[in-house]
Amino acid sequence: MKSKRGAPPDWRDEVFKTFKRKGINQVFYVPDAGHKRLIELAHADKSMTTYPLTTEEEGIAAACGAWLGGHRSVLLMQSSGVGNCINMMSLIENCRIPLLILVTMRGEYGEFNPWQVPMSRATQGSMELMGMTVRRVEDSSRVVDDVDAAIDDAFVAEQPIALLFAQRMLGRKKWVR
Amino acid sequence: MGALIMANAKPTKSKSVKPARKAAKATRLERRAVVRKLLENRGDMLVVCGLGSSTYDVFAAGDDDRNIYLWGAMGGAAMIGLGLAIAQPRKPVLVITGDGEQLMGLGALATIGAQAPKNLAIVVLDNAHYAETGMQQSHTARGVSMTAVAAGCGFTWTGDIDSMAGLGVIREHLERRAGPALATVRIEASEPPRALPLRDGVEMKNRFRRALGLQTI
Repeated sequence: MKSKRGAPPDWRDEVFKTFKRKGINQVFYVPDAGHKRLIELAHADKSMTTYPLTTEEEGIAAACGAWLGGHRSVLLMQSSGVGNCINMMSLIENCRIPLLILVTMRGEYGEFNPWQVPMSRATQGSMELMGMTVRRVEDSSRVVDDVDAAIDDAFVAEQPIALLFAQRMLGRKKWVR
Repeated sequence: MGALIMANAKPTKSKSVKPARKAAKATRLERRAVVRKLLENRGDMLVVCGLGSSTYDVFAAGDDDRNIYLWGAMGGAAMIGLGLAIAQPRKPVLVITGDGEQLMGLGALATIGAQAPKNLAIVVLDNAHYAETGMQQSHTARGVSMTAVAAGCGFTWTGDIDSMAGLGVIREHLERRAGPALATVRIEASEPPRALPLRDGVEMKNRFRRALGLQTI
């Protein structure tokens, strides 16, 4: 990564441009440091409605409401939020609602905080058990294409898709300031 | 409790947030009559109903392609309403749900209050019980007020309703597009005959989208 410490690597800006190009109307999230730049870009853009959730499962229901009304949405969360969504995901399968979740992974690579590990380990499996297609994104040079394809999978083919952004790609969290 | 919360909340047009324990002894309305009245001459209103009795009540009032009947996803009705209200800002969106369903999605009231959609109202049909699972008492039977929670979340109108004549205010507020509203309507803990709408979620989604002129797959 070329950027200086604290400055965003530019693939995040490219992911946001992909949201714009593909007509994403609503972005909702429970914040994660890995999504910081994307959240800032979405809030700054008046062509979409961006809002925080109190818990990740709210985003599953919001995605359903958005699609019923003709909007495309993206849900941003970190891996520990995935477990909060499980029962609400029954809505997605029953109504075949397009769902796109971008998950930033914690607890899998150089993790300082062991409390992140159990849900991290269960993230992919629990989503797959609920019928979602899950793809890991390890390489920042692939991330824009992967997001672009996932938007088509979700909103053209009405599939539930999650992309897991690997902790190695995002960078290890600095614990000492 | 209610008075304290009101003192700290933004000013609202609500008459009062009564302590629920006292209000629980007030008149309770018949749920089917309440829902029929709420949906009378509905115009272009879009309706989302929480699982269980609320879904049966809305269907009993007359099927409509613009109804979303939930059979699961407990706690999700209000957030479906929010996503929909943002996507369809010119149409009034009414969420009709029960106390138990909304209690599972209390955080959604904070999310809605923070987002403040102009065209969303929530009616909590409050019988103070979980009717679907054997009439166990809910938190509202022990003094929890959804109206006070919504007021604290910044809803622009909140109120307890215990008369049929009082129901008109929620529709009026919604039609004025005056910001998020929540009404707690006190209903009897009755179990009217089940009225069962379609359970095929894909069909329900497609007919809803068609009714809005949206493409289906």
